[in-house]
Amino acid sequence: MRLLEYQAKELFKEYGIRVPDSIASKDIESGRKDAEKIGYPFVIKAQVPVGGRGKAGGIQKCHNEDEFELKYPQVLNMSIKGEKTRAVLLEKMSEYEKEIYLSLFLNRSKRCYTIISSAEGGVEIESVKDQVIREVGSGDVTKKVAEEVAKEIGLDENSIPHFVDILQKLSKLTVEKEAELTEINPLVILKDGSMMALDGKIMTDDNSNFRHKELAEYHEQTELEKKAEESGFSLVELDGNIAVIGNGAGLVMSTLDMLTDNGGKAACFLDVGGTATEESVYEALTLISKMKNVKAVLVNLYGGIVKTTIVASAFLKAYDDKIIILPVFARLMGSESEKSKEMLKDSETKLSPSIEEAINKAVMEVNK
Amino acid sequence: MTDIFELLKGKQNSEGDFQKQPVIVQGITGKFGMRHTKLMMEYGTNIVAGVTPGKGGQKFEDAVPIYETVKEAVDKTGAKISIMFVPAKFFLGAAKDALEAGIKLLVAIPEHVPVQDTMKIVEIAKQKGAIVIGPNTPGVMIPGLIKIGIMPASPFKFGNTAVLSKSGTLLYEIGNNLSSSGFGQCITIGIGGDPINGTRLVDAFDMVKDYPNLDGIVVVGEIGGDAEEVLAQKIIDENFEKPVVAYIAGRKAPKEKRMGHAGAIVMGNYGSAESKITMFSKANIPVAKKPVEVPILLAGKMEKK
Repeated sequence: MRLLEYQAKELFKEYGIRVPDSIASKDIESGRKDAEKIGYPFVIKAQVPVGGRGKAGGIQKCHNEDEFELKYPQVLNMSIKGEKTRAVLLEKMSEYEKEIYLSLFLNRSKRCYTIISSAEGGVEIESVKDQVIREVGSGDVTKKVAEEVAKEIGLDENSIPHFVDILQKLSKLTVEKEAELTEINPLVILKDGSMMALDGKIMTDDNSNFRHKELAEYHEQTELEKKAEESGFSLVELDGNIAVIGNGAGLVMSTLDMLTDNGGKAACFLDVGGTATEESVYEALTLISKMKNVKAVLVNLYGGIVKTTIVASAFLKAYDDKIIILPVFARLMGSESEKSKEMLKDSETKLSPSIEEAINKAVMEVNK
Repeated sequence: MTDIFELLKGKQNSEGDFQKQPVIVQGITGKFGMRHTKLMMEYGTNIVAGVTPGKGGQKFEDAVPIYETVKEAVDKTGAKISIMFVPAKFFLGAAKDALEAGIKLLVAIPEHVPVQDTMKIVEIAKQKGAIVIGPNTPGVMIPGLIKIGIMPASPFKFGNTAVLSKSGTLLYEIGNNLSSSGFGQCITIGIGGDPINGTRLVDAFDMVKDYPNLDGIVVVGEIGGDAEEVLAQKIIDENFEKPVVAYIAGRKAPKEKRMGHAGAIVMGNYGSAESKITMFSKANIPVAKKPVEVPILLAGKMEKK
C-alpha cells in the first residue's frame, strides 16, 4: 500500500528521522485547533496517494486565520488525478539551506534494494541529474556505504554524519516494514548541518500485510475494495461507465486497453482471479451492481479448465435474483461455448465470439 | 546454467522416446493441489510423490505416496523437479525444504508471497544452482510432453516457438492464438506477476535462446518494473537474430495503482508501457496492440528472415 505523507512521517519519527512539526486532520473544526497549536505561518498540504500535488495546488502557504478559512476547505475538497484528499496536514514552515534527494527502492531487475541519492532535491526523481545509485542487497546499509554515498553527492563534513544517520534509519525502516520504496524528497539541510525530512513517500508490500498488523490502520480502502478483497478479487475503481470483469490480471488489463482504444471508458478493473467459477462470477456481478455510473458490463473470461456453461449459469442466476439489470457483453473462451450461448440467448447477456466484438457492442450500448 | 530442457525432458531412450521425468507435488492434499495434480497426471506428467507435513504415509488417489518432507520424497524417488501449491505464508519454508533437498527446478504456484521471502529463496537457489519459476506463476510446459503448472492443456500445441509470459490467462490466450495460426510451442514459461521473480524475463530468454529448433520467441509483458526493457537491451547487446515479438498489457492503466498483479504498477516512468514499447522498438521487436495480432506480427517477422 501507498502511505500518505503524514503516515510516512509518523514512521520516520518512530525511527528517529526528524520531521517538521505537523498535525493531520479530516475536518475544519479539528483543523482550526491544529492551526492554533502549530501557529502561523504554516503550510496546508493535501494528503493524496499520488504524486504531483504541488503543481495541482495541493500545497498552500497560510499566514493567518482568513487565509486558513479560505484555503483549508479548498484543499480538503480537491481531487488530484482522480484522487480525493484523504486528510489535510498542517505543517510548520522550515528554514533550510539546501534540498537533497534520498530513497531506497526495490530494484526489480537486479533483485536487490538500491539507494538513490542526489544533491538536487525537491523535484521528481526522473528529472534529477547526477543521481548516485548504489545497490545494497537485502536493504541493510552499513555506515561505510552511507558515508561513501554522502561524499559522492558532495556533502560537506558537517552534514555527512547526519546523512549517514538518516540513511541508516531509513534502511532499518525499509527492511522492517517490508517497503518497496521509501523516499525522502526533499531531505533538507538546516543551517547547523543537521537534516529533516520535508516530504515522505512509502510503498509497502501488500503481500506482507499479514505480518504488519501495526500498519493496518493505514490501510485505506473503499467499501467496495474491501468487499472485493474478501472475495479474493482485485478491484481498481475508475471513472468510466463500462465495468470490466475478467479472470487474471493480464487479461483484464488487456481488455481495459482494447476498450479504451475503441473509445470506451472503464468504470473499474475487476480481476476475479485466474480460475473463474460460478460463485466468483456471481459475486463479481454483485459487486458491480453496487457501483454508480455503470451502464454496461464487459466480461472477458478465458475459461480453460472451467466450462463456460458454469459461467453462463452465474449470469442467469444473477438476473433471476435481480442482482443486476444491466446489459452484459461477454466473451467466454473455453469448452461448451455453443451450449452457453443457447442458455443465454433470451437473457440480457450477449455472448460474442471475440473480445473485439463484445467491446464494440458494449461501447455502442453506452453511447445509445 | 542448468539446462531447463534437459531437466524437463530427460534423456532419450533407445526407442527415441523421452523418459518421463519424475515430479514431486508439495501441498498435494489441498483442494487446489489435488485438482491440478490430477490434471497434470492426465496430461502425462510423471507425478511420483507428494509432500504434506502431517500426512506422510498416506497415498494420493491410491497411487502416489505422500511424504512428510521433500528430502524423504527425493530420497525415495530421485526427483529433481517439484511443483508447489502451498499457501503464500508457507512458501519460504516449503521452498527452502525443496532446495535443500536437492530440487533443481522448483515451480512455485502460490500468489501473494511477500517480496522479502522471494528474495531469500532467490539467494538460496543461486547457491544451489537451482531454477525457481515463480512465485505467482502458471508454471512451465513443453506441449505434448510435460506440464508442470495450472495452465489448461487445450491452448498449447507442440512446435518451435518459445513463449515467455508475466501473465497466466494472457499466456493461455496468446498460446491459443499462436497454436491456431500454426505456431506451436517448444516451451512456455510463466515467469509470474510478482515484483521479484525466481526466473526473470532475461533468465527465461537465456534458457530458450539456444534451443536448436527455435523459430522465434514471444514475450508477453505487462506494466511494472523494467524486465522488458532489460530484455530488449540484452537482445540488442547479444545481436540475437531470431524473430522476437511482444505484447504489453496495461497501456491504458492508471499510474500508481496495482493492477491485480503485485508487480503491475507504474511509478513515475518506472514500469510504464511507453518505456517498454520504446525499448522494444529500439531492439526491433514489434509490439502487438492486442493478443490476436501476435501471430500476425510473428509471421511478418519470419517472412522478413
